[in-house]
Amino acid sequence: MKTMVPVLVVVLAAMFGYAPFLIGGAPYESTMGLVQKIFYFHFAAWMGMFAAAGVCGWGSAVYLFKRRKSADALAVAGAELVVVFGIIGLITGPLWGRKAWGVWWPWDARATSALVMWLIYVSYLLLRRFGGPGSERLAAAVGLFGMFNVPFVYWSVNLWRTLHPKTTVIPTLPVSMGLPLWFSTVAFLGLFTVLLTLRRRLEERRTDLETLHLALEE
Amino acid sequence: MKRLLLLMVLVCGVGLGAQQPAPSAAQDGFVPVDQIQKKDEIPAAPLLLSAYAVAWIAIFVYVWSIWQRLGKAEREIADLNRRLAAGGRRS
Repeated sequence: MKTMVPVLVVVLAAMFGYAPFLIGGAPYESTMGLVQKIFYFHFAAWMGMFAAAGVCGWGSAVYLFKRRKSADALAVAGAELVVVFGIIGLITGPLWGRKAWGVWWPWDARATSALVMWLIYVSYLLLRRFGGPGSERLAAAVGLFGMFNVPFVYWSVNLWRTLHPKTTVIPTLPVSMGLPLWFSTVAFLGLFTVLLTLRRRLEERRTDLETLHLALEE
Repeated sequence: MKRLLLLMVLVCGVGLGAQQPAPSAAQDGFVPVDQIQKKDEIPAAPLLLSAYAVAWIAIFVYVWSIWQRLGKAEREIADLNRRLAAGGRRS
């Protein structure tokens, strides 16, 4: 995977360079107009966040049951990416909502459940940073718990009454809107893969550093 | 006490109601049109540009942060390797 990163970076640069042209060329939405074009990065960022939550949950489960350090490194990388992609989603959403609904933050089921999920991963990172020895296991349980929130956040718009567009919007999109959406989503998932690889490498270097510190003490 | 509770419930209810105007934005499906309607009271362009700017700023700041942390770890590893090699030579 590490050797694939430079190739992926070049492909992603081309994709992100072309994305504004696709998004600009997409038609306006009849009720929301220009501001609806936030959707193309907003949705893609949430997909990145969900993928990161899945990776963190899987890494956490493997670490909890098999005690593999590499799985723990993957979980930490995933949790950090949930927070980064979540910031994008949580800021672009209100910017869209201000125009579409007249409010920055509607406190509806989707916005609130997404915020709670993001806070779970912030708590994961705080636990890792300040939890002291043994916090890895507790954090892994939080990571696993966070992953199980993904379906609730995704289907919250169908389960409860909200202002947010429902999940039925995605499969019914015309090609002119679906193409830029899926193009942006693939680009974001590619970006997620690159960032996950880099962040995991950082975690591996930190493990090497710990090993060297121990060797020096002996 | 009951009156106070009732007052609080009413105030909260009014506050939440005021926050959520009747939805006019599409929820069930997006309908494409060629031209934007002329009813734009809040300008959309600054919101749209801010959203894309936020996305890029967040990504660049995070890449820069990984770069910095990775560089720091690499420097510390090189330093510790040097100290370990020096210690090995002495003994």
